[in-house]
Amino acid sequence: MKKDEIKSAIIKTILKVAPDIEEDEIELDANIQRSLEIDSFDFLKILTSMNEEFGVEVPEADYSKVDTLENMANYFLERL
Amino acid sequence: MPSLGADMESAILMEWLVKEGDSVKKGQIIAEVETSKGVIEIEVFEDGVVEKLLVEEETDCKVGTPLAMIKSDSKEKKEEVLKVEPVEVKEPEIKKEPIIEKQAEKIEQDTRVKISPIARKRAEELSVDITKIIPKDGLIQLAQIESIVQKIEVPKKVDSKRDQKDSMRKAIAVAMSRSNAEIPHYYLSTSINMTPALNYLEVLNKERTIKQRILPVALLIRGVVLALKEVPQLNGFWLDDSHHISEEIHPGIAIALRKGGLMTPALLDAGEKNLNETMESLSDLISRTRGGKLRSSEMTKQTITITNLGDLGVESVYGVIYPPQLAVVGLGAIIDKPWAEGDTLSVRKVMKATLAGDHRATDGRVGALFLEKLNKFLQNPEELL
Repeated sequence: MKKDEIKSAIIKTILKVAPDIEEDEIELDANIQRSLEIDSFDFLKILTSMNEEFGVEVPEADYSKVDTLENMANYFLERL
Repeated sequence: MPSLGADMESAILMEWLVKEGDSVKKGQIIAEVETSKGVIEIEVFEDGVVEKLLVEEETDCKVGTPLAMIKSDSKEKKEEVLKVEPVEVKEPEIKKEPIIEKQAEKIEQDTRVKISPIARKRAEELSVDITKIIPKDGLIQLAQIESIVQKIEVPKKVDSKRDQKDSMRKAIAVAMSRSNAEIPHYYLSTSINMTPALNYLEVLNKERTIKQRILPVALLIRGVVLALKEVPQLNGFWLDDSHHISEEIHPGIAIALRKGGLMTPALLDAGEKNLNETMESLSDLISRTRGGKLRSSEMTKQTITITNLGDLGVESVYGVIYPPQLAVVGLGAIIDKPWAEGDTLSVRKVMKATLAGDHRATDGRVGALFLEKLNKFLQNPEELL
C-alpha cells in the first residue's frame, strides 16, 4: 500500500469519527488531537478503526509516533 | 412533556416509537423530541400499556403537557404521564437578529402574523413567505405550511442548526448567570501524583486489545465516584433552602462540542459500575452526545458535574456549579512536574484536581476531605478496578 492511500484512509477515519470536522482542516504536520480538538476517546476510536482496517495495533507507548497525519501514515507504512 | 433542563420551556415531539395498545417497560424509549440541545429520547416512568397518545407528531409542546395515557400494570387505574395542562399555542418571540440579511425585511413583517412556533420554523426552513398565507381560524399551523410546500418544491434551508446553537448558548447563559448570582462558591485545589495510576493503566492496557483499553479519564471518573461514596455530602442538590444528599451517583460529564457549546449528560448509576463498565458507558455517552441522541434521564438526573479540560492542556479548572447541584469537580491536564518525596526530588506526572462547592450546603472541610479521598484512590489504583 502506498503512503498516499494510507493518508486518505486516515483522513476518512478522522472524518467518520468526528463528522463535524471539514477535510481541509486536517493539516499534514499539525498535532491531530490539539488542532482538531479530538479528545482521547475520539483518538482511541480512530486508532481502533485503523486497527480494524490495517490490522496494526498502536500500543500506548507509541502514541507520540502517531501524533500527526504525516507521522501516523509513516507509522502504518512501516508496519504493513 | 418532561422538563429536560431548568431552561427548557417547550420541545417538539418528533416521533412516537410506540403505538396505542403497546406494552411498555419502565425506562423504555417511547418518543423522540427535539430541543435546543438536540434530539432527546423520552423514557417512560413505569411499566404499563399505552392507552392513548394525546399529542400528534411534530407538535410543539410546553413542559407539563400530557403526552400519553399509560395504563399502569401495578394499579388497575389509569395514570397519565404528566398532569393535565391545556396546550396553549404561544406567540413565539420574534428574533430581532436576522438569520440572513435577505430575510430581515420579511421577519419584520412577520410580527403581525399569528403562527404556531413549529409552523414558523418549518416556514423558515422552507423559505415560505408566511405573510402571504391566510391564517385558518386566525392562526397559521404546520399543516397549512406543509400543504403549501407540497404544491411548490422549495430548496431546503439549514438555518435550524444555527438556531439550535444560539438557543444552546442562551440556555448555558441562563444557568450560569443563575449559578453565579445565587450560589456562594468556594474553591479548593490539590496536586495529585498520577504516576502510580498511569503506570497501573499502562500495565493493564498492555494485556488488552485496543478495543478494551481504558483511558485515564475513565479511571479518574471512577476515582471521583468512589471518593463521593465516602464523602456523599457533595453529591445531590440544594433545593428549597436545604441540602439533599443523593444516594445514587449520576455524574454529569462536561462534554464540549467541537463547533461550540457544552453539554453535561449524566453517566447514570456510575456508583454501580466497575472500571470496564465506566469506560464503556463513557465512550457510549460521548458518542451519543456528539451525535445528538441522548435519553431524557441523562439530561435531568445529574447529581454532580465532572469537567475535564485536560485534553486541551489546561492545568486547572475552576467550575461554575450547575444549579441545583452542589459541586463541580475539575480535572486538569496531566503534566510532567518536579515532585518532592521525602528528601528526593524527581519528575512525576502531576494533575491538578479542583473542587467548586456550594458553601450553603458544605464547608471547605468536606471539599478537602473529598479531594483527599480522590488522591488516596489514585495512589492505590488497583482499588479502582
